[in-house]
Amino acid sequence: MGAAAVPRIAAKARLQWDDVRKRHVLLYPEGLVILNPTGAEILGLCDGVRSLAAIVATLEQRYGATGLEPDVCTLLDGLAAKGLVLYGP
Amino acid sequence: MDPKPLWLLAELTYKCPLQCPYCSNPLDFAGGRFKQELKTEEWCRVFREAKALGVLQLGLSGGEPTLRADLEELVRTAHGLGLYTSLITSAYRLTKDRLTALQQAGLDHVQISIQGADAELSDEIAGTKSYRDKIAAYHYTRELGFPLTVNVVLHRRNLHQVEALIRLAESLGAERIELANTQFYGWAFHNRETLMPTKAQLEAAWAVVQRERQRLGSRLEIVWVLPDYHEQFPKPCMGGWGRSYMTVTPAGEVWPCHAAGRITTLRFDNVRERSLEWIWQESDAFTRFRGDSWMPEPCRSCPRKEVDFGGCRCQAFLVAGDAGVTDPVCSLSPRRHLIDATIAEVERAAAAEVTPEEWTYRAAPASRALATKE
Repeated sequence: MGAAAVPRIAAKARLQWDDVRKRHVLLYPEGLVILNPTGAEILGLCDGVRSLAAIVATLEQRYGATGLEPDVCTLLDGLAAKGLVLYGP
Repeated sequence: MDPKPLWLLAELTYKCPLQCPYCSNPLDFAGGRFKQELKTEEWCRVFREAKALGVLQLGLSGGEPTLRADLEELVRTAHGLGLYTSLITSAYRLTKDRLTALQQAGLDHVQISIQGADAELSDEIAGTKSYRDKIAAYHYTRELGFPLTVNVVLHRRNLHQVEALIRLAESLGAERIELANTQFYGWAFHNRETLMPTKAQLEAAWAVVQRERQRLGSRLEIVWVLPDYHEQFPKPCMGGWGRSYMTVTPAGEVWPCHAAGRITTLRFDNVRERSLEWIWQESDAFTRFRGDSWMPEPCRSCPRKEVDFGGCRCQAFLVAGDAGVTDPVCSLSPRRHLIDATIAEVERAAAAEVTPEEWTYRAAPASRALATKE
């Protein structure tokens, strides 16, 4: 997906903290994903306002790292294929 | 680490206006064992205990869960706990007002069954005129913005409609259609010879599913629940016994799956007497087949035991008379001939164009009659 695309979590899915597993989870009809901390952070930035480029820039600044875009895209494209993340303009 | 449950199926009542002959409820659903339904506050306690144990997904099912007048309150409690709630309903007499109230209570997802692609067949299989209510409810569900799953149990009498069923789900704007080939438990086991499809029927339907998946891509998810009698290996039933799933029955018994109550050699505990945590961790029903130390050969030395967990304990009990043996649908099981004989009989009868026997509809009088016979 292009850097200008704006990812958001689909209405049918819900991101929340699970106090039992001490992990964030993404819940959706008949399924769920238990997220690792990085995945949770990426999804937490998918607010329907930030573009993909802005999300990557935020994370790279936070960690003083570069080249995070492929990791972010792998996670979001995987969830988009299941209809759990939607890309808007 | 101990497994933590993720899924809870709350069977709120076994009352149901539909009479589907493949119902997964127990044959003796009308008997005393299930009569004293849990009260509102008892269910709410179950939900709290489930959440504390690790449950994240809650299915509100039955019977027909909308017959419970306190459904909104149950949804509100579950939602407040952070459970993702799914209503699993026949949609009989389900109004837009009720769905709106359930949405306001926090319901996340609606699954509505249908028995066939047209009113005539759907109503015949359901044993109750319900097709019109279902179609109306599908539209209300979408109008309110719920994610919608269309659920169809497939068998000999409706497998030819798979394409029409997918097209129907597509036209309704559903997220998913579950094409669930009949699993032979409960009423379906009782009606097995009538419901079981031929190999040719299954192959034709599967070809349609593959083609339609290609055409629809991510627009509509098509779930195909395998007809396990016709497979080489057993299903990984419930993702393994006592690993992630539990069912609470209308009167509070807790089962590792919704068919397990039929296994007469297990002891089942009740949320009225024990905490859900104790039942999950300590009860006979949940510990007997957890892990792999219970496994006999050929499972014990089989690399697939990590994949299918020895298959289904209920099927082993129903078909082979022993819940502790390899699932007889496994091609490596010494009891596979029991499954093959059933399939061969169906093929023979179909080839000779013998009309299958009438099925027994799932209804209270039949339930009571069958319970006395057993």
